[in-house]
Amino acid sequence: MRRFILQRLLQGVVLVVMVATIVFFLGRLTGNPADMILPEDASEEDRQEMIKTLGLDGPLHVQFFIFMKNALQGDLGLSIRYRQPASEIFFSRLPNTLKLVPVAMLIAILMAIPLGILSALRRGSITDRVSGTIAVLGIATPNFWLGILLIYIFSVQLGWLPSARMGGFSHYVLPTITLGTFLVAGFMRLIRSSMLEILDSEFVKLARIKGLSEWVVVWKHCLRNALIPVLTLWGVFMGGLVTGAIVTETVFAWPGIGRLTYEAVIFRDFPLLQAVIIMDAVLVLFINLLVDILYAYIDPRIRFS
Amino acid sequence: MDAETVLEVRDLHTHFFLRRGVVKAVDGVSFSLRRGEVLGLVGESGCGKSVTALSVLRLLPQDAARTVRGEVILEGEDLLAKSAREMRQIRGRKIAMILQDPQTSLNPVFTIGNQLCEAIARLHPGNRRTLLQRAIDVLRRVKLAAPEQRVGQYPHQMSGGMKQRVVGAIAISCEPRVMIADEPTTALDVTIQLQYLNLLKELQKNTDMAMLFITHDFGVVARMCDRVAVMYAGRIVESGSVRQVFDKPAHPYTQALIASVPKMKQQVGRLHTIEGQPPALSELPVGCRFAPRCQYAEERCRTTYPSTFTVEREHTADCWRLESV
Amino acid sequence: MRQLPWVSLGIILAMVFVAVFAPVLTAHSPINQTLSDKLIPPFWEDGGTTKYILGTDIFGRDVLTRMFYGARVSLIVTALALLVGGGIGLLIGIVSGYVGGRLDSVLMRFVDAAIAFPAILFALLLAVTMGQGLRTLIIAISVLLWAGFARVVRGEVLALKQRDFVALAKVHGCSPARIMATHILPNVLNTFMVLVTLHVGIVIVAEASLSFLGAGIPPPTPSWGLMVAEGRGKIASAWWLSLIPGIAITLVVLAFNLFGDWLRDRLDPKLRQL
Repeated sequence: MRRFILQRLLQGVVLVVMVATIVFFLGRLTGNPADMILPEDASEEDRQEMIKTLGLDGPLHVQFFIFMKNALQGDLGLSIRYRQPASEIFFSRLPNTLKLVPVAMLIAILMAIPLGILSALRRGSITDRVSGTIAVLGIATPNFWLGILLIYIFSVQLGWLPSARMGGFSHYVLPTITLGTFLVAGFMRLIRSSMLEILDSEFVKLARIKGLSEWVVVWKHCLRNALIPVLTLWGVFMGGLVTGAIVTETVFAWPGIGRLTYEAVIFRDFPLLQAVIIMDAVLVLFINLLVDILYAYIDPRIRFS
Repeated sequence: MDAETVLEVRDLHTHFFLRRGVVKAVDGVSFSLRRGEVLGLVGESGCGKSVTALSVLRLLPQDAARTVRGEVILEGEDLLAKSAREMRQIRGRKIAMILQDPQTSLNPVFTIGNQLCEAIARLHPGNRRTLLQRAIDVLRRVKLAAPEQRVGQYPHQMSGGMKQRVVGAIAISCEPRVMIADEPTTALDVTIQLQYLNLLKELQKNTDMAMLFITHDFGVVARMCDRVAVMYAGRIVESGSVRQVFDKPAHPYTQALIASVPKMKQQVGRLHTIEGQPPALSELPVGCRFAPRCQYAEERCRTTYPSTFTVEREHTADCWRLESV
Repeated sequence: MRQLPWVSLGIILAMVFVAVFAPVLTAHSPINQTLSDKLIPPFWEDGGTTKYILGTDIFGRDVLTRMFYGARVSLIVTALALLVGGGIGLLIGIVSGYVGGRLDSVLMRFVDAAIAFPAILFALLLAVTMGQGLRTLIIAISVLLWAGFARVVRGEVLALKQRDFVALAKVHGCSPARIMATHILPNVLNTFMVLVTLHVGIVIVAEASLSFLGAGIPPPTPSWGLMVAEGRGKIASAWWLSLIPGIAITLVVLAFNLFGDWLRDRLDPKLRQL
């Protein structure tokens, strides 16, 4: 198991380095990197200083070295718009996202598991069809539009829930539903198909031969095995989560790192965007590692190998 | 039915309802199992042997298959008439089964101790320690080395042979009246097949269980079984004691099967094979199902299914050739 | 014929139809502004008119017309992105799977990394550094696609290269390139087609999301995602600006997904876990 975790950790680190490298090269691609990094009203003096500090007049590999060195020290540049170190801004907004995302995930899991299992057990029944339809719709509906639709129904028309910004409990409802929908749909389909496969397996047959009740067969023997593919495909879901967070926070004006990303794009704040992307990669690495540890723990074939 | 008969299957019909039609996997099968006896159910792949076993246990895939006719009498009660709950009481207590592939029979995420105790707890509820102790005892009975360590291990940490012993342990732990073994050695290494068969035989003798032994290998039948029923295309074509059927095989299919088993002392130019293929179970011919491949087939064989004829006491076969006898 | 998913197919064909024939179907221009006609609701509401069936936006542009032209954008972007991204994925999958060895290991590392990384961030970065536009968008979405294609195709190729007809070709002295082109490629096309249809929905949503975030095709060219973004501020007073394009996106993606599922079940049920 240790080897497995270390391997994943290494992969993650390589990924972060690759991301940083790509970001670096894209930044230098345009031929005028100084202009990308500096605000419009920068003086010629500032410009020259920046060119010197970052080595922009020198060879590429030196620039890269300086870039990496800075990055490892946490210096990812100055945001054009906020005139503050980009990494600082990132960390100040991060907690807000961390309040939103886990809730959405929890809702998604709590809904998807029972629905997925029921759909598999009652294959072809009304429950299955309805859940299937919800899942299919959930995947097809674009995240940003769902948020706007929900705002229209529940804020504008019904006035029950607020439409933007952080606040009390009621502010959490719509954003978490929006963010969670895509996850619920994806999880549910996965759990359903994985359950169907497992229900057909020999060890389930043996469990029935042992005379165990259906309840035990499903909840003990099937469930744990069914969850394993969900964990292995977690990386794919992460991608969807990040995208979802950016869009959801934008729609609901939620002051987290998703919205920060949007702002960086709209205002063409390259240093900020660069910082957000690299920090995001680190965050994704971290979360994926946690999931990998969980997976290694749950699957004894990995735990004792 | 005498006092010795533990399980009696009468005229069992199990059909599979598929998109392409109805497949009559078991088409009128009858046999009986006596206490302390091993009955071999032999036939090629796809002849309906496993489906017969699953029908007895009522573990058919519900949406696709159904037992449409027949009776399965276990100690005087018809299993086919029982409710789902009653059947659950019977499985894992009165009837146990060993499946073919040890690699997939055990749940990979639980220890074998866990899976064994689960079975034991149904009959002897108790705390963890007593259950584990019983589990270790059962593992000893199946001659699994170092059982104290094994109970804490996971299936992937054991070899195929060891896993199959665990599956055997699970089966005998409930002291069943009837044990069904569905090709238990087919997926094992040839070198350990014999060991496992001997183990099964020993267990069966010690507990006086009735065993239904499903296999496609006549050699195994000779070693393990007291009586044998030969199955072809969903029906039993010959049945009798092993001695009778081996010495005087009456049905051409049985004769061909026995001839196909190479004997070490023979000089053979070519290995004996049976030409042709069994009929598709969704399109069964009207007459004798072996007729297309039978060297003795006559007109009557193709138009009318043969009746059951007695060759000797308790030795019967379904073949027109026996009529004159 | 009864088995065809008619509704899905109908929606898809309708979309293609309006995209292709947009100029013929509507007299309005998608980008010219008529400020005197701004914010007219759809014809079934008060104040609506049949002149502008689905209403107008803040610049007085007809929503229905912009929807039609937006369909064009979606289709063009999708087709190009699938061609480029899918094509690259196909190529890499075949080469990596067939050649194997070190090359395969290295390429698969890249694939794993690409799949693990949220592609939208990359797309946003491209938009900022290379500027918005069709080229940037295609590159960004292709990057999103290629890895998934490569992985699945490679899996197929691994199985295929064990088959006898490949061994036979080798015995006859065919070069690896020739084997890949003439033997492997035709046999993975089935899988490839299914992958393409299954990914159309993803691409459409990706394009719409990027346009929504201001990283897609720049205005005034209509794109459904952009229309939703533009209408967002006026959701309380002019709901049709955001909601209608969104419905279109959902319906089209749904149709493509269902069609893709049907195609997969017909051509290659092994891909069921996708």
